[in-house]
Amino acid sequence: MKKHIKTVNKAMINKTLRTGGCGECPASCQSACKTSCTVGNQVCEHK
Amino acid sequence: MENQLIHRMKVNGDLAVLDVNSGAVHLIDQTVYDILGIFNGKNDDEVVAALKDRYSEEELREILGELHELQEEGLLFSPEFDVPETFAAEPVLKSLCLHVAHDCNLRCKYCFAGTGDFGGKRELMSGETGRKAIDFAIAGSRKRRNLEIDLFGGEPLVNFGVVQEIIRYARKREKETGKNIKLTLTTNGTLLNDENIQFLNENRVMVVLSLDGGKKMHDTMRPFPNQSGSYDAAVRGFKKIIRSRKGWNYYLRGTYTHFSTHFADEVLKMTEVGKEISMEPVVGTTEPYTLTEDDLPVLFAEYDKLAAEYLKRRRGGGEPFDFFHFNVALDNGPCVAKRLAGCGAGHEYFAITPSGEIYPCHQFVGREQYVMGTLDTGIVRQDLVKKFRNTHVMTKPECRQCWARFFCSGGCHANADLVNGDIAKPYGFGCKIQRKRLECAIVLQALLTEDMKEGTKDMRPEIDNFKFQTGKTEEKQK
Repeated sequence: MKKHIKTVNKAMINKTLRTGGCGECPASCQSACKTSCTVGNQVCEHK
Repeated sequence: MENQLIHRMKVNGDLAVLDVNSGAVHLIDQTVYDILGIFNGKNDDEVVAALKDRYSEEELREILGELHELQEEGLLFSPEFDVPETFAAEPVLKSLCLHVAHDCNLRCKYCFAGTGDFGGKRELMSGETGRKAIDFAIAGSRKRRNLEIDLFGGEPLVNFGVVQEIIRYARKREKETGKNIKLTLTTNGTLLNDENIQFLNENRVMVVLSLDGGKKMHDTMRPFPNQSGSYDAAVRGFKKIIRSRKGWNYYLRGTYTHFSTHFADEVLKMTEVGKEISMEPVVGTTEPYTLTEDDLPVLFAEYDKLAAEYLKRRRGGGEPFDFFHFNVALDNGPCVAKRLAGCGAGHEYFAITPSGEIYPCHQFVGREQYVMGTLDTGIVRQDLVKKFRNTHVMTKPECRQCWARFFCSGGCHANADLVNGDIAKPYGFGCKIQRKRLECAIVLQALLTEDMKEGTKDMRPEIDNFKFQTGKTEEKQK
């Protein structure tokens, strides 16, 4: 148990280097005219 | 100088650090924050020498020990990686944006679509072109099951007969092909009525409802051609459709400009219409509404203010609301391949004009050098497909250096092209805003996650990739 640091989550980005890429998640437009679903605002379709 | 493998954040007094390549987030105290301004994973003595006047050596060594543990667990200073094989060279079509109407019954002052005509003539898509577009999307999606179709304009409801035809055809082809087609319609709301609302509901169409805040701001920026404000007509339609869906399956989205830099107040006014909200910066170059560098301190303060209110309400201090850009999934975000694919424009995502031309996305429409083909020829500019596919955060020098690269995925190509004439050169002003709102999002979601772990109700937002939720009989509540 750390005294000064609260770890919120586990590694999620580099853990998917070999497992990802199924392509079922939606595209993620980032422009200011639709609701711009930036990649960071999405979840994986398989989790 | 902070190490490039991490990024420290401070939002309204709460401190966190992101491990860039793993996505791990840690809530920290001020001492850890200061240490991480110097620490690079192995220079313990340098850290102690630099900070021993402010903190005891014992405390500094204790924290350095905790940081080394995180390194061993792969949660701090995770190394950079190369483009993985999962990022396929050959893209598959995911989404099409159908410009069913290059016409609009409003004359919004900042409209990138030139108030509907996209710099060309006012034109409506035919049912035949719409059906061809659906077939083009299904063929292009190959083995992918999910497919997204956006009905866009202009104002799509000025061409509602064709909207119906396209939606009926999409639902028929969906059954025949076994696809799962997600439909979205973006509307200014002024033409919503019982008939079209019923049709959209029965056909499981997500709606994006354009609202720029309170009445005064909305009416200033979004007038009818006779210059009268559209707020009352729009909100009448929005309330009707939101009520008909019991609060599910919509987003209210707005644009803020140089004239509405105090956008947090506008967002809070929007919560009186609906609780699912998005508000984003306008993009411009020299127009009077264009945001300037001088606006940034105000905008950053507005994000902090909005973040504080968002958190307060989620912690029981009022009725909670969703702010789309604070939705960041810290534990089930997309894979690296997806984060490299970015928005998908020009390789996974295309826009179709009323006459059937194919563009990399709706924002590129009207920029003729980007016509990629037509629905009759298919995509003939494979060079552009390759260019868009390979212009990502690991090939763009500015992005490669940026801590936010795996969350924003490189920003908007159309904005980069508009402002810098090059899709590989990010629109830097937009990046500054993007980083600020990401800092708010990451810290907020970290705090809400910790609240949950400590036993309070899970008040993190639902992130559902814009899926239409069916069979909801209860009112949506947080």
